[in-house]
Amino acid sequence: MRSRRSRSSPPRYSGFGLIRRGLTGTSWPPAWRRYEPRRRYDVVVIGGGVHGLATAYYLAAQHGLTNVAVLERGYLGGGASGRNTAIIRSNYLTPEGVRFYDRSVRLYESLAAELNFNAMFSQRGHLTLAHSDSALRIMRWRAEVNRLQGVDSSVIGRAEIASLVPSLDVTDHPRFPILGGLWHPPGGIIRHDAVVWGYARAADALGVHLHQDTEVVGIDVSGGRVRGVRTNRGQIAAPAVVTCTAGWASTVCDLAGIELPITTFPLQAAVTEPVRPFLDTVVVSGTLHVYVSQSDRGELVFGAAVDPVPSYSTRGSLEFTENVAAHVLELMPALAQVRILRQWAGLCDMTPDFSPIIGPTPVEGFYVDVGWGTYGFKAGPVAGEAMAALVATGKTPELIEPFDLARFTDGRLVGERGAAAVGH
Amino acid sequence: MITLVCPHCGPRDATEFAYIGERTARPDPNDTTPQEWRGYLYLRSNPAGWADELWLHRAGCGRYLAVRRHRTTGAVDEVRDVGAGGEP
Ligand SMILES: Cc1cc2nc3c(=O)[nH]c(=O)nc-3n(C[C@H](O)[C@H](O)[C@H](O)COP(=O)(O)OP(=O)(O)OC[C@H]3O[C@@H](n4cnc5c(N)ncnc54)[C@H](O)[C@@H]3O)c2cc1C
Ligand SMILES: [Zn+2]
Repeated sequence: MRSRRSRSSPPRYSGFGLIRRGLTGTSWPPAWRRYEPRRRYDVVVIGGGVHGLATAYYLAAQHGLTNVAVLERGYLGGGASGRNTAIIRSNYLTPEGVRFYDRSVRLYESLAAELNFNAMFSQRGHLTLAHSDSALRIMRWRAEVNRLQGVDSSVIGRAEIASLVPSLDVTDHPRFPILGGLWHPPGGIIRHDAVVWGYARAADALGVHLHQDTEVVGIDVSGGRVRGVRTNRGQIAAPAVVTCTAGWASTVCDLAGIELPITTFPLQAAVTEPVRPFLDTVVVSGTLHVYVSQSDRGELVFGAAVDPVPSYSTRGSLEFTENVAAHVLELMPALAQVRILRQWAGLCDMTPDFSPIIGPTPVEGFYVDVGWGTYGFKAGPVAGEAMAALVATGKTPELIEPFDLARFTDGRLVGERGAAAVGH
Repeated sequence: MITLVCPHCGPRDATEFAYIGERTARPDPNDTTPQEWRGYLYLRSNPAGWADELWLHRAGCGRYLAVRRHRTTGAVDEVRDVGAGGEP
């Protein structure tokens, strides 16, 4: 290894550093390091997506727990965290949901500074279109709940929509004319890879071990307590294990003998060739099951609802592309000549009430942060912060109390379908 | 794309069918605790391998079909009529 730096102080990213390294031709050291797994950690986190990495980072940053490992079967961000459409918002339907996601938006606002990593959070506003009276009614309800929780959100009419997004067809001609919309200024998009890498680099700097190519194949439970995990790189003892494995949550919880109310569905997305910037809000249509935003590179990013059949396959389908193209053109007819460049799928862990499952399980010391469905990227910071607090103190933070696993047997569902079914 | 061979209609594209859910035995409501009943409603095995599923041939014969399908590869090894009611 060249130029061995002090292990405790990785260089900070800065404009000055960039210029200096550019002029002297020195490269940046890797953003995180490789280790042999220790035989024992205080906390093992399974899953190297935004949730696992945020949990590890806050354990170290806020609770001083640094003997922590993140075990990732593939590569960091290789799951849904690197495949999503990066939408961030807090305009949910239930007060529990709104409070929770609002905390996450606030953490995202200061994330780049905290992690010293430019995550490019663009709060360009989030607009959900209503094409029916019933959709409009739910939006009024959402706007009221949002405002009561101090979240900026309001129902707007056609004229305002036309001035916010001139490319939308707001006439009476479409099959589903636009009747109004829910306007949420703090919503926006972020660079998802940067969020994942930012948490990884910051956790690494605090001493957390990040193990890629490390698959958990067994979970040791005895006397009702978790004792550790078995991996393709050997056994690791740990008194606390947190699983943040999203689409694979069922397969991992199965290893600990826990059945979940989760079904795994693929969710697809697509991007077009880059075009001149013309769209500076996120536009969602529930009725047409489609949403659009424009990336900083000019690509249009399209998403839709999950595939109709559960599966662990991440293959795209022609059916999806055809549907998404048809629906986008109903909204924005002027895009007819734009070509789709790429399409892909990620896995979503859907729960019956469209809310996550986060907290303790019947196995002592084994925690879940799963059930994120199609909407969990935006929750990475708050979920990580809450999981870290739970693991470090043993007390469940109030913000996540409503989302425990026991709600499904006690009959306390948090119905979030009205705000999460299509708008991720 | 999944192709299902309906015992009545022959090989058809999966878009003709509706996926209903995992095939599980419905407990007797007369001697089931609320906890057990909620387990039946919500808990799922959700395997990354072979799964026993219930499908409806919505745009075809309208029958409920038991389907054994591999949830990672998409392979289907059995499609069987389970009657109009869909009970196992
Ligand atoms: C196309 C698409 C669009 C989306 N759009 C949005 C959006 O706009 N906004 C939003 O908020 N959310 C969105 N989501 C949802 C969001 O991406 C996810 O909810 C979120 O990324 C989940 O993060 P995670 O860290 O929990 O899981 P993941 O990022 O999926 O990470 C889980 C990791 O666990 C690893 N793993 C699994 N099993 C094991 C094992 N046995 N051992 C070790 N590691 C294992 C996997 O390899 C994976 O890397 C979208 C999802 C998709 C697919
Ligand atoms: Zn048939």
